[in-house]
Amino acid sequence: MTATLTPVKKRSALTKGQLPKWAPYLVLGIALVLGAAILALIGFNALGWGLVSAIIFAIGLVGWSGAVEGSRRAKDKLATCLVVGAFLIALLPLFSVIWTVLVNGLPGLMDPGFLTTSMNGVTGAFDNKTVEEGAPVVGGIFHALIGTLLITVLATIISVPVGLLTAVYLVEYGNDRPLARAITFFVDVMTGIPSIVAGLFAAAFFFAVVGPGTKTGAVAAVALSVLMIPVVVRSSEEMLKIVPNELREAAYALGVRKWRTILKVVIPTAISGIASGVTLAIARVIGETAPILVTAGFATSINYNVFSGWMASLPTFIYTQILNPTSPSNPDPSSQRAWGAALVLIILVMVLNLGARLIARMFAPKTGR
Amino acid sequence: MSKRIDVKDLNVYYGKFLAVEDVNINIEAKSVTAFIGPSGCGKSTFLRTLNRMHEVIPGARVEGEVLLDGDNLYGPGVDPVTVRSQIGMVFQRPNPFPTMSIRDNVLAGVKLNNQKMSKGEADVLVERSLQGANLWNEVKDRLAKPGSGLSGGQQQRLCIARAIAVEPQVILMDEPCSALDPISTLAIEDLINELKDQYTVVIVTHNMQQAARVSNKTAFFNIAGTGKPGRLIEYGDTHTMFSNPTQKATEDYVSGRFG
Amino acid sequence: MTTTSLTTSRGAGRAGDKVFSAATLAAGCLILAVLFGVALFLLIQAFPALVASPDEIQGGKGFFSYIWPIVIGTLIAAVIALVIATPVAIGVALFISHFAPRKLASGLGYVIDLLAAIPSVVYGAWGAAFLAKEISPAYNWLANNMGWLPIFQGPASATGKTILTAGIVLSVMILPIITSLSREIFLQTPKLHEEAALALGATRWEMIRMAVLPFGRPGVISAVMLGLGRALGETMAVALVLSSGALTASLIQSGNQTIAAEIALNFPEASGLKVNTLIAAGLVLFVITLGVNMIARWIISRHKEFSGAN
Repeated sequence: MTATLTPVKKRSALTKGQLPKWAPYLVLGIALVLGAAILALIGFNALGWGLVSAIIFAIGLVGWSGAVEGSRRAKDKLATCLVVGAFLIALLPLFSVIWTVLVNGLPGLMDPGFLTTSMNGVTGAFDNKTVEEGAPVVGGIFHALIGTLLITVLATIISVPVGLLTAVYLVEYGNDRPLARAITFFVDVMTGIPSIVAGLFAAAFFFAVVGPGTKTGAVAAVALSVLMIPVVVRSSEEMLKIVPNELREAAYALGVRKWRTILKVVIPTAISGIASGVTLAIARVIGETAPILVTAGFATSINYNVFSGWMASLPTFIYTQILNPTSPSNPDPSSQRAWGAALVLIILVMVLNLGARLIARMFAPKTGR
Repeated sequence: MSKRIDVKDLNVYYGKFLAVEDVNINIEAKSVTAFIGPSGCGKSTFLRTLNRMHEVIPGARVEGEVLLDGDNLYGPGVDPVTVRSQIGMVFQRPNPFPTMSIRDNVLAGVKLNNQKMSKGEADVLVERSLQGANLWNEVKDRLAKPGSGLSGGQQQRLCIARAIAVEPQVILMDEPCSALDPISTLAIEDLINELKDQYTVVIVTHNMQQAARVSNKTAFFNIAGTGKPGRLIEYGDTHTMFSNPTQKATEDYVSGRFG
Repeated sequence: MTTTSLTTSRGAGRAGDKVFSAATLAAGCLILAVLFGVALFLLIQAFPALVASPDEIQGGKGFFSYIWPIVIGTLIAAVIALVIATPVAIGVALFISHFAPRKLASGLGYVIDLLAAIPSVVYGAWGAAFLAKEISPAYNWLANNMGWLPIFQGPASATGKTILTAGIVLSVMILPIITSLSREIFLQTPKLHEEAALALGATRWEMIRMAVLPFGRPGVISAVMLGLGRALGETMAVALVLSSGALTASLIQSGNQTIAAEIALNFPEASGLKVNTLIAAGLVLFVITLGVNMIARWIISRHKEFSGAN
């Protein structure tokens, strides 16, 4: 390609004009040392060291490659550096978020009674005492856990039948009719509704139907359903579509009615994918804050009734503890509770995500061999 | 338990497109009738109209009459589900239900229709059906295993067992051996030979030797050109059709000059 | 055997078919009704604010002068998020689809999906408690050295709770969306095109430029649009991170506000006409995101016709 035509004796003709294999490691070593040296001049920190070293590494490797291998290879090296760099940059916030939540959340979680008590009767006076006299942090997230679970369960009860039946309509009965196409289009549109708008809709609906200022767990569940239904429809639709038509025909040919075929052959075949899609949808809405904020209000005590009274949830608990600490003069206990709740919430979401993968594997049709 | 089928002036449409034109044929009870012809001539489409399976395809419809021992399949008030429970079908590719065991696959027609059946009756039915499909000895020790674990030929015989478990009058087979190896094909052909003692069997096949081996009567379908409807060209005893056909097209086809 | 006539059928089963298909149809129509209801109820509840006399609206100058600064603020935050997230997301998608070792690729994809699984309120808390503090020295530097640019005009916020911080948090949140959609598109690049490029002696980057990027461009554009839709509607990252205020050009001072955060911060305590005003703001947000999403879907559907995927 770009190399000279004079043959080099010792190396293969196919590898001539290339950087040796160890070149990147050498450049990396030099970059790390140089980076450390530069950072030592202006004050050392790990992030800056990584950043400066990465820039030196990229310039060094691309420059060397350009000198030895020509501009095409150098460009390729540059692109590789940028792409790998982008990936590393994307990992930074992930680790930072998880690290921050772990470090700040563990003390809160370790508090006795954090998971089993509510914030009922916990006032700023207690928090002031904690900070001034070293008394233990009181109050917990039990009410928020109950609220999150009840609201999410109710939202699931609403969303799954509606979503699954709609998916069945689209796949089995729709036949690309105008109505089916309209539903597909509007389900797509629904996917893009901002969560706070879903909350406002539920609030506006109940304000108009029940009465102004109606804020209960059920209103929040309706808001979450608006967010959850399109996710359930899309994932179930994909799963129903990949059920082979042959199975439907086999059932019809045995004189089985369409609805029985769908219920007993099609859905069981697709159940693993549907179940994991539903689980992912739950994982998505369980962390939603904005819709609950405008629909369920803030409660500090335990409320088991979704149909009356304000209700707390984990995300709104985190939000209010940070934004409006129980004791405005001493926000530290509140922030500890907030991080503890955040850790619990992240664990919940991660468990649901892993659960979705397990479900997909467990229910998958068995293939004997 | 076996009924004859008489088809009168049948046209099949896909939307506005006429796919099969003006078929008249009388299919004898307790015999094997083979449909042969080049690809796209409408023989599979026509087969599907014999138990109204074409209705699964959007836009497909028929004109004319199909009489099962005198009862019109397309008469007013006739439920396609009832038709299909009397006229079973076996497909090109074996399609056992992946979520069910071998036993449940055989019982699928009964169970999916929610008919109550005691365990003893069910056991009898499973054994009788699998015996009837020449599969009993191969699978009797693993009835609880998934049907998808069987070999292709065994799966296809499982599908035949599943079809005869609902005790139909007629069994339609749409190229049942085209996805199978020669040994499995032989097993299916032997089975077809036995089935005709109890059932009316109609088989669509690409393979002329197979038609010659298994069928009593043969119908030859052909198409004049792309976009033209398929037609029934000639119908008669298999022996006559292969040795002394009356139509030039039939002779060309069976002697391998086209198709 | 029984010689049942073809017309006798099990009546219950036939009714079951009708009931079941009607149920699926009803579910589908319910979705249409819900979406229609979203628009209708937002309109009904927003109407009083739209027709109220100007001095009744917050700020005393009518709904329009109330809404336009926060519309601009919403756009600023979303644009910052896009400018940061798009190149990184495309890079990450390329890394997973074409650079990472095969065995690692699906695991790495899962790691990026984890980013999407973290609840928004946690991002908000992280942005407020960690990122804002860590980044404020950088804002000081920007104010001192780049202050002649209006967007970096000083004095920088001491807490770091600025629209730029909010935009960075938003970019982290929309990154996995753009990444996963782009990755799907890149993986769908016809193998033949890629191999044709490689067979011509192209380097990996040249192959990507010749085969992967042209093929993926419409998909990436629509992925970016969907990310934009998400960034416009995201509430928590802004509500917790931004110390809001009047519209300002500088990105490193406190100030500015987005629609979603404005609603979240004020709705719980609102009463009377303020409720209607906030719902009207929600309606505006709904219309904006609807427009963005429709454009994205339109690009995708146009792409489908061209790709010949079916």
